[in-house]
Amino acid sequence: MNRKKIIAIIVRILLYAFVIGFFVYAGVNGYFSPIFEQSDTFWVLVGQHLNLVIISSFLAIAIALPLAVLFTRPRFRKFEWIASNVANLAQTVPSLAVLALAIGILGVGFKPAVFALFIYSVLPIFRNAVAGFNSINPDLIDAGKGMGMKAGQIFWRVEVPNAAYAIIGGLRTAVVLNIGTAALAYYIGGGGLGVWIMTGIELFDNAYLISGAIPVTLMAIGFDYLLRGVGYVISPKSTRQTADTATTT
Amino acid sequence: MISFKHVSKSYTGTEKAVNDVNFEVEQGEIVIFLGPSGCGKTTLLRMVNRLETITEGSILINDQDIGELNEIELRRKIGYVIQSNGLFPNMNIEENVTIVPDLLGWDKKKKHNRYKELMQLIGLDPMEYRKRFPNELSGGQQQRIGVIRALAADPPVMLMDEPFGALDPLIREKIQDEFLQIQREVKKTILFVSHDIDEAIKMADKIVLMRDGEIMQYGTPSDILIHPKNEYVSQFIGRDRAIKHLSLRTIAQLQEEIGLVDIDQSIVDSKQVNVHENLKDTLAMLLNQEADQVIVHDDNDEVQGAITIDRVQRYLHLEMRQKPAQAREKEKVIE
Repeated sequence: MNRKKIIAIIVRILLYAFVIGFFVYAGVNGYFSPIFEQSDTFWVLVGQHLNLVIISSFLAIAIALPLAVLFTRPRFRKFEWIASNVANLAQTVPSLAVLALAIGILGVGFKPAVFALFIYSVLPIFRNAVAGFNSINPDLIDAGKGMGMKAGQIFWRVEVPNAAYAIIGGLRTAVVLNIGTAALAYYIGGGGLGVWIMTGIELFDNAYLISGAIPVTLMAIGFDYLLRGVGYVISPKSTRQTADTATTT
Repeated sequence: MISFKHVSKSYTGTEKAVNDVNFEVEQGEIVIFLGPSGCGKTTLLRMVNRLETITEGSILINDQDIGELNEIELRRKIGYVIQSNGLFPNMNIEENVTIVPDLLGWDKKKKHNRYKELMQLIGLDPMEYRKRFPNELSGGQQQRIGVIRALAADPPVMLMDEPFGALDPLIREKIQDEFLQIQREVKKTILFVSHDIDEAIKMADKIVLMRDGEIMQYGTPSDILIHPKNEYVSQFIGRDRAIKHLSLRTIAQLQEEIGLVDIDQSIVDSKQVNVHENLKDTLAMLLNQEADQVIVHDDNDEVQGAITIDRVQRYLHLEMRQKPAQAREKEKVIE
């Protein structure tokens, strides 16, 4: 246990050292210059990127969470595999193909990009929420019922709090995935930081590449920590451990 | 207080999980539903708070058919304890204990006072445990919290589904004793499911012994041990039913019926025992050869006499052979 901890700390320190080294290297070589020289464009791209991610994620939450709740009710539980399979199928289609398909329906630009990202986020949110609700010990629901709680009270006071950590876990996965995938929106004119990344790749220009890629990475890490914090705040500490094991299995 | 009238339950239509069950439960009694798994005891229990529907017949609480009551309100008036304690991991101990009062809309102060009262009942410090979560407590503590949670709104009736089944034997016995102590104070009408014959003998005022959804025998533990009604009952309670029965009797009762023997002053190696000790433990002490003589004291430490295996044997003969025979004679005379 202790040995593991020490190794984990060493790995973490090495990783941080590597990241800092990379930043210093990039800074010395002037690879961040586009961010400062074209800061107007940079902030527009960041805004577009965030819009893509936030709008698509909210849409995904709005669809996936109610579906997860529906398919974990006793009456509909037997249909859960259908929903899971459909969502799984959507996930196996390559992201570029989803983008291409989205063009067919919605044309080029911002909308099809949001649509494609939305399709991509539904599965992790749905699957984690289903796992979260299913991981709740049926005895808890039985106890709640037996004490005279109404269905709504059992849902909001027992099921949701105990599934919350797993649900937030799904959001984290979806949003982080989304931030990376949103870079591809450039291909269908969706904007975002992908514009600089792809330009950098096409022109062999490390400055554009890094000025696009690093903010995307930081954004992903930032959202990950933010949502993890939200998870810690809204789920009582005693439910975290069980939720963690539920999501990893 | 609670009457079961021709209660039946069938799932598929043909097979009956509970079949034409009839009996009455008096106020303040502990009635234990005893039987092997699949005998319908849990189903029968869960019909009382309508977690299971009743296919035929009716259950009445205080002459009121439960089928006519609002099920949410009914359940809030019936305490419910399950084997896995069912404490909500997202709520701290105080929130868990006061959940039914909260559903009933009690104010904060009343809830908190009730919480403190209940914690004192099981000897846990209310302030120390208030903000703790269920997973920070031991299994025994969790189960005690589960019991007082069911008592929180002071329901007249309690349903307990193998409440102590998941605990290890030592703790189980301690909690059983503690629970009997609490019951002496609160005097609830308790329906209790168990598959453990020893638990039933120890805790029950009456036992409902079940098989395949039907009642095999309904009576006091002593009644069932002395007069098993049929082959199944005597098999279920075991060949040691006479020994089990001794756990229900004390030295005082033996003394009253047949008296003790005089103390043999020549024996030096002797052991002292209280007159309220049960006969099973006394017999065990004699069989263990712990001393050459066991001397009985009363509560004022006055010597009453000595007890021997022979005395216990004679008492058993009286209880199991002579008394039932006398009872049969009496019945004949009346006829």
